[in-house]
Amino acid sequence: MSIQTIDKSSLAERVISTFDTVSKQNAVVTAVRLEALTRFETLGFPSIKNEEWKYTNLKPVVNQDFVPNAVGNISAEQLQDSIIPTEKASILVFVNGAYQPALSVLTQEAEGIVVTTFKEALSKYPEIVEAHFAKYADFQKDALTAMNTAFAEDGVFAYVPDKKVLEAPVYVYFISDSQQVAPLSQLRNLIVAGRSSQAKFVTAFHTIGELHSFTNVVTEIVVGENASVEHYILQNEAEQAYIVGTTQAQLARDCHFTSHTVSLNGALIRNNLNMVLAGSNIDAHMYGLYLLNGNCHVDNHTLADHQQPNSFSNELYKGILDGKSTGVFNGKIYVKPDAQKTNAFQSNRNLVLSKDAAMNTKPQLEIFADDVKCSHGATVGQLDDEMLFYLRSRGIGFESARALLMRAFADDVLQNMTLEEVHTHVDRWIADRFL
Amino acid sequence: MLTINNLHARVEEKEILKGLNLEVKPGEIHAIMGPNGSGKSTLASVLAGREAYEVTDGSVNYLGEDLLELSPEERAQKGIFLAFQYPVEIPGVSTTNFLKTAINEIRKARGEEALDAVNFLKLMKEKMKLVNIDDTLLKRALNEGFSGGEKKRNEVFQMAMLEPKLAILDETDSGLDIDALRIVAEGVNKLRSKDNAIIVVTHYQRLLDYIVPDFVHVLYKGKIVKSGTKELALELEEKGYDWIKAEVTV
Ligand SMILES: Nc1ncnc2c1ncn2[C@@H]1O[C@H](COP(=O)(O)OP(=O)(O)OP(=O)(O)O)[C@@H](O)[C@H]1O
Ligand SMILES: [Mg+2]
Repeated sequence: MSIQTIDKSSLAERVISTFDTVSKQNAVVTAVRLEALTRFETLGFPSIKNEEWKYTNLKPVVNQDFVPNAVGNISAEQLQDSIIPTEKASILVFVNGAYQPALSVLTQEAEGIVVTTFKEALSKYPEIVEAHFAKYADFQKDALTAMNTAFAEDGVFAYVPDKKVLEAPVYVYFISDSQQVAPLSQLRNLIVAGRSSQAKFVTAFHTIGELHSFTNVVTEIVVGENASVEHYILQNEAEQAYIVGTTQAQLARDCHFTSHTVSLNGALIRNNLNMVLAGSNIDAHMYGLYLLNGNCHVDNHTLADHQQPNSFSNELYKGILDGKSTGVFNGKIYVKPDAQKTNAFQSNRNLVLSKDAAMNTKPQLEIFADDVKCSHGATVGQLDDEMLFYLRSRGIGFESARALLMRAFADDVLQNMTLEEVHTHVDRWIADRFL
Repeated sequence: MLTINNLHARVEEKEILKGLNLEVKPGEIHAIMGPNGSGKSTLASVLAGREAYEVTDGSVNYLGEDLLELSPEERAQKGIFLAFQYPVEIPGVSTTNFLKTAINEIRKARGEEALDAVNFLKLMKEKMKLVNIDDTLLKRALNEGFSGGEKKRNEVFQMAMLEPKLAILDETDSGLDIDALRIVAEGVNKLRSKDNAIIVVTHYQRLLDYIVPDFVHVLYKGKIVKSGTKELALELEEKGYDWIKAEVTV
């Protein structure tokens, strides 16, 4: 834990006391922040008595002496291992929540396209920020979103106007520097993709340092009519990293949206992914892969909220749990009364390799329309002995055979990654993990 | 090469092999026939090292070593190959990738250098021709959605790739049409040499027209109850197993 002595107040109080330092330059945003602050003060951090947090106990996290707004210091060299090699990309690096221009590289995009930081956007494009900030991610119910809305000042901001195509995928690295203190980082991302536009972006999390880190991230994604957006969350984390976050995708008619969430270790990770299908003829996909070991805990809460007729959502989450790791999957599908002819599919498959590992999986379907096709399935199993024997009978050693099967298990999730560089990189992580 | 002595094995408390003896010398081909459920696949599984089968008595010596002490992968690395009666489907693993891993693990175990991509492909091409197997099949996930015949052909292809010393073919001929059967048999015959041995488990004499065995054995109720030459297979084809069952119970 942190060696530095700080005041003994609770983490919530400590965070709240920093509100003075939050920039108040934009009156609209400040008004929202104040509202969120009040909400956070009322809610406090969720406990396991909260149904949504039943299997993920934040108490041991929020009882720690995390330091809000701690200044980080990471060199390009230290960063090296965290960066995914790319041919063409815009790279934005944040350390402990603060943008690092020296470590970032922005690619020139077509006229009108903006890829920058949230802070910069607030002063340069206030009307876009005001139109969307906190309009989707609900801070009334979720305390962490409330805290984020009140305090998070930076993150990635992207605006792709109608019919424009983001040529260089955006890679955003959220680095926690826990070398000197245990940092609390809060990040706020806003992606606005206009009508018939296209964009791909990656958010990757990494902790550098021995102390604990705590990251709270909220990403709002607005996908316009007929637009196509792909979002990756990559969490190849250290054993001392805590991440909580909400990705809120607001989807308009005829759009395509795909999200990929990959979590490898981390002390505790909670990902909320909410898709609101607010139009017809939407094609929405959620893919997830978690490979857990040690004492790691990963909780994915997802929602596909069908509000209009004739849309399609498909979800596939797969996990491999070893050691004493624990996993949670909660997949909600809402089909609102207007959303006739909805197709909504959900599948959660798990391999539990050790007797001390545990997976808790729960589909939650609330269907209020009568003419819909919905299905869900969840499995928790072991590696198939027959397959293992087949591979070994060909001379492949036990460990390699297991690795092959685990890689194969993950394959139908990975296959859907259209960013080849991310696919290759994640493959390497998996190989490194299992071999 | 292989000496099986008084082998007893069981699965889930049920004794299946009940004192089986068999001697296989280099260069020989042995055919094992017998009614359904007599223990042929069990014998094959025990030789390949499937853990669900527990050996309760007897011994198996392979090239001077106690075979039963070895893990399945060690057996394969030392040259044992089992063509499965029911090959499993493994989604997400391509045959090509899988074979490359297998070959290189075997080479590593033997202290040989790994095959590079170029040489591996060369070997693939050569063996694909040998068993007349299609490229597109090998790019797909291992056995996934393969027809019965395609699975069997893939088994023979793997055998050709791995060049085993002792190959055990468990009903590789079942479900094959006559052309496929001939191709499979040719593949097997190419493997035949004075140093290698082959055990073929089959229900059908027609395979033995192509792969001519030195010995034919009848496995019944967990034991080899009759051995002979290739004429025995013809006799079985004609008369069935009843006369043998009668002989045994007498
Ligand atoms: N895993 C198992 N659990 C229970 N019984 C088994 C198992 N494997 C085999 N058996 C039984 O052992 C006996 C021998 O089976 P085996 O598969 O060896 O027969 P086989 O001679 O190969 O038959 P076939 O000609 O039908 O292939 C059968 O009665 C079978 O049901
Ligand atoms: Mg059999």
